[in-house]
Amino acid sequence: MTAEERRRARQGWLLSAPALALLLAGASGPLLIVVVYAFLEPGEYSGVEWKFSLEAWFRVLFERDIFDGTVRLADAHLSIFWRSVKLSLLTTLLTFVFGLPTAWFIATRPARTRMLWLFLITVPFWTNLLIRTFAIMEVLRNEGILNGALMRLGLISSPIQILYTDVAVLIGMTYVYLPLMALPLYAAIERFDMRMAEAAYDLYASRWQVLRKVVLPIVRPGVVAGSILVFVPSLGAYVTPRVLGGGKNMMIGNFIELQFGAGRNWPLGAALSLILLAMVACALTIYVRAAARAGADG
Amino acid sequence: MTEDDAAVEIRSARKEYPSAAGPVRALDDVSLTIRKGEFFTLLGPSGCGKTTLLRLIAGFETPDAGRILLEGRDITDDPPNRRPVNTVFQSYALFPHLSVARNIAFGLEMLGRPAAETRARVAQILRLVRMEEMADRRPDQLSGGQQQRVALARALAPAPRVLLLDEPLSALDLKLRKEMQRELKRLQHETGITFVFVTHDQEEALTMSDRVGVMRGGRLQQVGPPREIYARPVNRFVADFIGETNFLEGVARGGAVHLPAGAALPAPGGAPAEGARITLTVRPEHLRLNAPGAGRLEATVAEIVYFGPAAHCHMKLDDGTPIVARLEEGRMPEPGARVGLDFAPGALQALED
Ligand SMILES: Nc1ncnc2c1ncn2[C@@H]1O[C@H](COP(=O)(O)OP(=O)(O)OP(=O)(O)O)[C@@H](O)[C@H]1O
Ligand SMILES: [Mg+2]
Repeated sequence: MTAEERRRARQGWLLSAPALALLLAGASGPLLIVVVYAFLEPGEYSGVEWKFSLEAWFRVLFERDIFDGTVRLADAHLSIFWRSVKLSLLTTLLTFVFGLPTAWFIATRPARTRMLWLFLITVPFWTNLLIRTFAIMEVLRNEGILNGALMRLGLISSPIQILYTDVAVLIGMTYVYLPLMALPLYAAIERFDMRMAEAAYDLYASRWQVLRKVVLPIVRPGVVAGSILVFVPSLGAYVTPRVLGGGKNMMIGNFIELQFGAGRNWPLGAALSLILLAMVACALTIYVRAAARAGADG
Repeated sequence: MTEDDAAVEIRSARKEYPSAAGPVRALDDVSLTIRKGEFFTLLGPSGCGKTTLLRLIAGFETPDAGRILLEGRDITDDPPNRRPVNTVFQSYALFPHLSVARNIAFGLEMLGRPAAETRARVAQILRLVRMEEMADRRPDQLSGGQQQRVALARALAPAPRVLLLDEPLSALDLKLRKEMQRELKRLQHETGITFVFVTHDQEEALTMSDRVGVMRGGRLQQVGPPREIYARPVNRFVADFIGETNFLEGVARGGAVHLPAGAALPAPGGAPAEGARITLTVRPEHLRLNAPGAGRLEATVAEIVYFGPAAHCHMKLDDGTPIVARLEEGRMPEPGARVGLDFAPGALQALED
């Protein structure tokens, strides 16, 4: 390493020091606390007892009968995990299905009006998530706008129960996370050279084949980015499933919150948080690997 | 020409694009027949509508009026993927995520050809464009000339009835360009496919084509073999655009054309109306330099410009009209010298504007 390179390296470290310090203090610190808590015993009312225990990890998957002490698989917990993964995957898929045409539409507008459309996409961010979620609740309620309209149109005779079901959670999350999918897709499509699509169309591809064989593979980075941006927060979603799913249809986020609140089992909450973290990391690794491999195969 | 001779027939095609300043007429009543198996070139300055005409044949645009026929079948309303016509794009537009071989196979795959047939055809086409070793590369690992070959191969692989080429050589340097010109001629010869080639380079058009269509402002000016277009341009624009030429403007009087410089030249092609303004043209290679007084025109040498095998002698008539002669050999006159200019009577042509 030359002196110049050393100087540059040092400068790089110095320049990134504030950000690194913030990350270290803001992310690693709390994470460390969570890791430690996950291996302690729950306190009487809340908090932790400073005694080492693996009980929290055991309780993630199993439950012990209070009376005879027999051990059973905690299928309630498993179903919460399963619902979280399922709803997050579906949310990612739905935001993609709605986000792709939206992004395509905006990217193919004249440059002058494109900014206006992008601006409109960001409008929902102006309002608090909770308020927007309550607005959706108002739409989906049995006496709400949707059921009211359907009944007035004579399509149904009694309200359909949508609120407090997984469908309601899915609708809510799709709505909330749609911009996170649409924006990276837009960025990728905007850079897409439309002559590629013309070339494919010229070479006997149908419109559907143009999309599948040429457009999607080329805008893949945008699809990957959008999927990550939607899937990760979906998996840990808290507000939307809480409001639209009611108390019963919990997702991991709500289950964790429960442990720190009414459940009064902080170590279990901490262990669940770490499992959520591991799930996200695994999902991302698998997904990015698969996407890269698909990209290499063409 | 008989009906079955026609590969592409364009009947009174008109195309307008909307724009902020009102509609732009890109094609204005263009009628054209391109014969089977010919190398046809569309030539014209930038913005004259060459690409638009090609996109109409490919199906990317539909004409506002007129019909397009492919081998006698009306294809005006067919989308591009239903037309047995392929395009080589100016920017190549190769698929970046596919290997060279997969790029070339694309059209055949979309047509649903059996895999074995596709493989064999791709290998054959790779050989044809001399890219066998590059089959597994990505487009971004190729030079410009190689990308050009792949673009050609991709468009040729499905064996289209007509191949459209939109300025395919304009991004290449001169040497590669000459090489690709020969290559294109060879490919056209070997495949027998009808080529419709677009260029704004008149030399390219003259050297490569069986026939050339010269366009200007959305209209076809003249269609014919290169020699005919060069030797018998129908108007001033074509004469000027194809090769170099001299224009002499004069007034018809007594069956001759009187130039402002004083000389009178015989009116080619019959006696014009008395007093009509006439533009005459004569190519530089048809002018001979003589001693002063021995010729039809008198001029003063302004400048000699050499370019390899020959030189251009730039002169001025007495009224200042510029005139250029091509000198092949022998003694060159000095700037400032007086010379007499002579030419064969048949070299002079009258032009419409
Ligand atoms: N999509 C479009 N929208 C509006 N006007 C267009 C469009 N495409 C072409 N034009 C206009 O139509 C006319 C013909 O364009 P065209 O692209 O056919 O010309 P060209 O002969 O191919 O020119 P060049 O040699 O520069 O490629 C031009 O005046 C151009 O500005
Ligand atoms: Mg063009």
